[in-house]
Amino acid sequence: MRKYVPKDNVQGKAYYTDRYHVVPSTPREDVSSDEVFVKHLEILSSKVEVNRAEIQLGSMIVEINHEDNFKALEILKNECGYAQLTEMSAVDYLAKDGNFEVFYQMLNLKDVKRMRLVMRIEQGVAVESVVPLYKSANFAEREMFDMFGIVSNNHPYMRRILMPDDWEGYPLLKTYPLQGDEFASWYEVDRIFGKDAREAIGPENRDPARVDRHDTKRFSRVGYEVEFGADISQGETKTAIEYSKTFLVDYQEADGVKPAEDRK
Amino acid sequence: MQQPNKLSPFFENLNFERDDNTMVINFGPQHPSAHGQLRLVLELDGEQVVKAYPDIGYLHRGIEKMAENMTYNEFLPTTDRLDYIASTSNNYAYALAVEKLLGIEAPRRAQVIRTMLLELNRIISHLFFIATHALDVGAMSVFLYAFREREFAMDLMEDYCGARLTHSSVRIGGVPLDLPAGWLAQMRNFCNAVDYELEHTYNALLQENRIWKMRLEDVGVISTEDALSWGCTGPMLRGSGVAYDVRKEEPYELYSELDFDIPVADTNDSYGRYRLYMAEMKESTKMIRQLILKYDETEPQLMAHAPQYISAPKEEIMTQNYALMQHFVLVTQGMRPPKGEVYVPTESPKGELGFYIKSEGEPYAYRLKCRAPSFFHTGLLQEILVGTYIADVVTIIGSTNIVFGEVDR
Repeated sequence: MRKYVPKDNVQGKAYYTDRYHVVPSTPREDVSSDEVFVKHLEILSSKVEVNRAEIQLGSMIVEINHEDNFKALEILKNECGYAQLTEMSAVDYLAKDGNFEVFYQMLNLKDVKRMRLVMRIEQGVAVESVVPLYKSANFAEREMFDMFGIVSNNHPYMRRILMPDDWEGYPLLKTYPLQGDEFASWYEVDRIFGKDAREAIGPENRDPARVDRHDTKRFSRVGYEVEFGADISQGETKTAIEYSKTFLVDYQEADGVKPAEDRK
Repeated sequence: MQQPNKLSPFFENLNFERDDNTMVINFGPQHPSAHGQLRLVLELDGEQVVKAYPDIGYLHRGIEKMAENMTYNEFLPTTDRLDYIASTSNNYAYALAVEKLLGIEAPRRAQVIRTMLLELNRIISHLFFIATHALDVGAMSVFLYAFREREFAMDLMEDYCGARLTHSSVRIGGVPLDLPAGWLAQMRNFCNAVDYELEHTYNALLQENRIWKMRLEDVGVISTEDALSWGCTGPMLRGSGVAYDVRKEEPYELYSELDFDIPVADTNDSYGRYRLYMAEMKESTKMIRQLILKYDETEPQLMAHAPQYISAPKEEIMTQNYALMQHFVLVTQGMRPPKGEVYVPTESPKGELGFYIKSEGEPYAYRLKCRAPSFFHTGLLQEILVGTYIADVVTIIGSTNIVFGEVDR
């Protein structure tokens, strides 16, 4: 029987996990343990609904509702001094919880504090673009769209950024295989040679470790040498291995080369 | 649209607009001064840029996707391919993020070696910047001199880890090797050579060079607000008058013990940033000299002791059964960090390089996001190129010091 592989998450998995393995957690602290973060959280929670707030490994994590993202970032920028949006992207939790987690990584240069604003959104729901507040979101939101398909409303130029414009599928989803899907294997063939050439060329090999036993163009077969490109699907004949003769060259002698067995 | 005939051929990189008299020109992705695979679509009115659109992704290899399908130790050599000019800084940023997630700290000697390698990589990267930037602007000879010194630095890297570009010289939990014999003396010689050449060659060739100043001064001006808003970090941010350096503000490794200054330029232009790079190299040699003295005071341990996550030293694996068993499990299954998330910023030569890692307790990262400084600096191009002349475009691209392994990931 073929091994069961879940379709909704094709990420690499451990081949063995101990039955009694308990997953530990990183230490979490209450926000009240840091006096600067407490102030920022107070300002934020007075205007925006906060679902969760904690300090993990030195930075504050605040979860809000996704409708409030623009408002929350506006407060963080103007009232809490988070002058830079360092990074933003998403995490795919579709298989686990049925939604995405979008995070905004913020930096306060004056207090030297970093916090992460986190929100959960369903698939197909768009978020409000924060480009009017932080221009660094311009490329970051495009990348998020490119990789997860999460659209940002009112973005000045919402198009793919890293993948080609006519690409189908979102590569960082957990449902997307590492080697690419069916569309990916035909993409270059279709673009360069046209769809009519599909049969003549065949799909692109996107697995660098793939070995084709019958491929006589890329793989050599010691002891079974055949012509380049020969068809060996019906089997190949064995060829005896011929080793070259070994000569020992004595440069001291004037006449030079002599076979090894003659040098007695 | 072009209507090619025998007298007017088809220009594949040009597009003339009839209605508003502008010309669309395609810069790259194979342009020699595009620093890799940058494609810029420029709309020109005469020689002035009206609109600039950076098109990236020609070097996209899906490194973040690969990270989700590799164990933590397997992924480390892949980080070499991000900023391939200074790969140790990527290895280090990744290793530091995982270490913070695991809650372990590298032993003292590993910290000294790592900090030294990081600063050596900063010099390598900055020399590369000076060389290519000058070459782009038209000063050919600087390229030859800077690459000579860079070659010595790469020889030092090669003596340490065996590789010149893709170093993988840092491990999660420490460093794999101790310094070879005589390496520190060579390093000291190299620092002296760099200091001497900075003063007598690069400064002499460029600092007061009339053409160099005319090409760089007041070119590529980034206001402080823009620099903050566009997510500029590193020399791009400090070149706009913001004194923020992760090494100083959020010190990691041994930076809190070292005596160094953060050069800041408030001219906001390319010339100020060039001065900044020169000053930073000087600070790096200063730091390396201090680290050479610290090295002798350390114990010989190179990897952190955390048997749950990190294999024991080779001698223990070969002699003790339990160490061998742990090593076997760690190699075949990979380490399992605790459940949690972390974002760790480091100051790479290009700016703030950070890794966001989300762990679900599996040997594979659930999500890894690489915050690459060059990605955001490329985004900035669409704003600062507008209004400049086509001759300055190359200067501005050179001045942002972007590397496409990092932009496209």
